[in-house]
Amino acid sequence: MASATVAVEHDEDHGHAETNTGISNNKLAMWLFLSSDCLLFGALISSFLLYRTNIGDNNTGYDSPFDVFDIPFTSLSSFVLLMSSLTMVLSLSAVNRDDERAGRIWMMTTAFLGMVFIGGQVFEFTEFYQVYGLGYSTNTWTSAFYTLTGFHGVHVSVGILMLLGTVFGTRKSGLGKGKSETVELVGLYWHFVDIVWVIIFTVIYLIPIG
Amino acid sequence: MAIVERPLAIGAGDDAVPVVDRPLGDLTRPKISGTWKDWLSTVDHKKIGIMYGVAAMFFFVIGGAEALLIRIQLATPNGTLLSPEVYNQVFTMHGVTMIFLVIMPLAAAFANYLLPLQIGARDVAFPRMNALSFWVFLFGGLFLNSAWLLGGGADGGWFNYAPNSSVTFSPSHGIDFYALGLQITGIASLVSAINLITTVLNMRPKGMSLFRMPVFTWMNLVVQFLLLFAVPVISVALFELTFDRLFGANFFNTEAGADPLLWQHLFWIFGHPEVYILILPSFGIISEVIPTFSRKPIFGYSFMVFSGIAIGFMGWGVWAHHMFVSGIGPISVAAFSLSTMFIAVPTGVKILNWLATIWGGRLRFTTAMLFAVGVVSMFTIGGLSGVTHSIAPADTQQTDTYYIVAHFHYVIFGGALLGIFSGFYFWWPKMFGYMLNERIGKWNFWLQIVGFNVTFGPMHILGLQGMSRRIDTYDASFGFEFWNLVASIGSFIIAAGIAIFFWNISYSRKQWKKAGMPNPGPDPWDARSLEWMTASPTPEHNFDEEIVVESLDEFWHRKYGYDENNNVVRIATAEEVAQDGSNTNVHLPSPSYFPIVLALGLPIIAYGLIYSLWLCIPGAALLIYGFVGWIFEHPDDPNAAHDHHDEHGDGDEPDALDAPADDAGADDEAELVAAGTETEADNG
Ligand code: HEM
Ligand SMILES: [Cu+2]
Repeated sequence: MASATVAVEHDEDHGHAETNTGISNNKLAMWLFLSSDCLLFGALISSFLLYRTNIGDNNTGYDSPFDVFDIPFTSLSSFVLLMSSLTMVLSLSAVNRDDERAGRIWMMTTAFLGMVFIGGQVFEFTEFYQVYGLGYSTNTWTSAFYTLTGFHGVHVSVGILMLLGTVFGTRKSGLGKGKSETVELVGLYWHFVDIVWVIIFTVIYLIPIG
Repeated sequence: MAIVERPLAIGAGDDAVPVVDRPLGDLTRPKISGTWKDWLSTVDHKKIGIMYGVAAMFFFVIGGAEALLIRIQLATPNGTLLSPEVYNQVFTMHGVTMIFLVIMPLAAAFANYLLPLQIGARDVAFPRMNALSFWVFLFGGLFLNSAWLLGGGADGGWFNYAPNSSVTFSPSHGIDFYALGLQITGIASLVSAINLITTVLNMRPKGMSLFRMPVFTWMNLVVQFLLLFAVPVISVALFELTFDRLFGANFFNTEAGADPLLWQHLFWIFGHPEVYILILPSFGIISEVIPTFSRKPIFGYSFMVFSGIAIGFMGWGVWAHHMFVSGIGPISVAAFSLSTMFIAVPTGVKILNWLATIWGGRLRFTTAMLFAVGVVSMFTIGGLSGVTHSIAPADTQQTDTYYIVAHFHYVIFGGALLGIFSGFYFWWPKMFGYMLNERIGKWNFWLQIVGFNVTFGPMHILGLQGMSRRIDTYDASFGFEFWNLVASIGSFIIAAGIAIFFWNISYSRKQWKKAGMPNPGPDPWDARSLEWMTASPTPEHNFDEEIVVESLDEFWHRKYGYDENNNVVRIATAEEVAQDGSNTNVHLPSPSYFPIVLALGLPIIAYGLIYSLWLCIPGAALLIYGFVGWIFEHPDDPNAAHDHHDEHGDGDEPDALDAPADDAGADDEAELVAAGTETEADNG
């Protein structure tokens, strides 16, 4: 919620006024929000780390989360999300070149890749629940796992809404050079969410349980 | 009326193409009506600051009543006023209310009102977001307190340790209200932190470098950074608690093998920075009051600033001193014991600086000054008892006794709250255009400080005698009865002091009206910073023209100079230097209903989470409605009757662009200017 508020907050004080830092109000606000969000994920990741090895609790019958992970599948969807950062960069550079059409196409591609990632997450959650019998309340591991990845999923979804909002909301006003800061801010958010995923992916799926 | 549309205007560039909007229902653009309705849609940082203050004082009365209930219960052995269950709720809600709904919003009231003024800005960076913060805070606070009407308040103590906070041990909804209510007020703090930091970093006028900012502004900047990083941590803890209680998660479910220390760590990582969030604004206030009434610049300005920053950093490294007896292991205990001793250093630096400022000054003991001196002395006592429990072995004896209760009341009441009262007396004329009566003010002060010491001083003794905190009664044979009775009498003296404060407000106002509403002038105290350089009460547009700043204490330096013998001499009167507020040509942000609409969605969603998820649908609908409306509403109504001239006048005139391109009723700029003069009069 807060993220979106920040994102759409328009320079109410006539953003043209020079700022002391040289960074526009909107961009500074976005940076501040993201720095705060780091702590949010920091706390969530710490909580997960605490319960990282507890997947067997409550007689689930698993020794290790690697019994249920489908690493190739998750790697693929992570790759998709990473690629979406690339398309986001391409979109911004197109907008900077005043190439409105390309800007829109790349932005839609970014949103699409984000949706593929979310689709993958939904699939994974369903699989865990239906095939492996891991519900939200099953044990400490499942609670921590679903909460952490769920919060990240919500962040990605908000990002998708921001992307679609920018594409469709600018149909009349155009998405030219003048909108480059808008696109840049959406991009900042999007890259942040991607980087957080890299950390989450490492923590959950890569570091072996010794 | 045309509204310029900037769809999803995330920092839309200057060349956004104006389009005529389809207005979203009636809420699209509030009109200034000159009635109370203006307050619902205002985006003026001063009005928002005042609303923060009023709301916080309302909660202060509630929290104060809870405190009196506690003291009546404990006045005599085997008290029967409150059952143990209700007693738990009363002390929990008292603590939560005082910290989150009184001290924090009172600090926010001053920060909102003063930060833009002290740096010489016209408003905050995001005026509508500012309104949003306030409404979210207010609704969160009301939501939290509505628990009293819906089965009882939270009962786990303000730090609400797990697993005691689980459904098993606290089956009523009280703790759900706690978790969701604090979540909501947390959003308010976060939004406001982003807003105020952006304001201070980005919107200073020419010459106002960071190290020319008043200490009050500096302390609040540090506080906003602390909030920025502390709030998300408590948010996660509260989310986890909510999910545990409402959706069967296992974060704190010890039966499922959860670690109860997870809550304690998350809570105190937030919690210790939080205590500095409570105290630093008050440090800021008295750093303005003491120099003014000592007629000296603050001693060691840069020490003052850097010790504030140091506290801001070190505050993150001491949290586990709240957990010495939780079984965190000897190494952690030793490390946190040490770090806690160190954090007293920058705090001590501040105290020495205030003393050095007072030293040799030509003192005027106004009520504001008395309260400020009260802070210095009472906080010193509280800080010293804090250092005594930084020593882990001693703390093992003191923790969870009344000694701790004494400590934190000396720092929070004696430090934070007295400072806020100092601020009331100091800035009252600037905010409301009349002075609070000084004679009554002194009664207010002396009753409050005497009552405070009579109440909390004996608690040190009770604690050392072994009276544990949070017990609902005690037996006559324990030897606690004398000091408890003393403390209870003291609490009523405090209540009398506070009542006198409220009385002072209405009495002074009546006297002022009787006297024909004399204006206190821009600078009734011969003060130093920029907020005194404009008329009292502050005109809606703050400053007539941008101030070019050349030094710290700019306003003072414009009033005083040096003669050939290097003696300070008056070179100008305040009236000569100050702006008279007559400029009506200043561009103001337009009011909006969307912040309050958006904020209203949150408590509805929260009720939905507790009672029936169906209720979340209208809540979310309201939220989305407010949100979409917000995006499509241009922050500056081009047709508003405000004067619509840009004060920066740097040739890059967005106003021209904002003018509706093809709206039939579009006024042109000239008419706007003409229309503006009238409204300025009726809303000023
Ligand atoms: C010189 C600086 C300070 C030191 C060394 C210090 C030290 C401590 C320690 C070690 C405790 C834990 C005691 C225990 O629970 O056993 C504590 C508790 C507490 N302190 Fe401080 N403190 C300082 C300043 C402050 C300030 C400025 C505030 C607030 C404005 C504050 C508010 C509190 C509160 C609310 C508690 C009680 C928490 C609870 O409910 O258990 N302290 N302090
Ligand atoms: Cu602490």
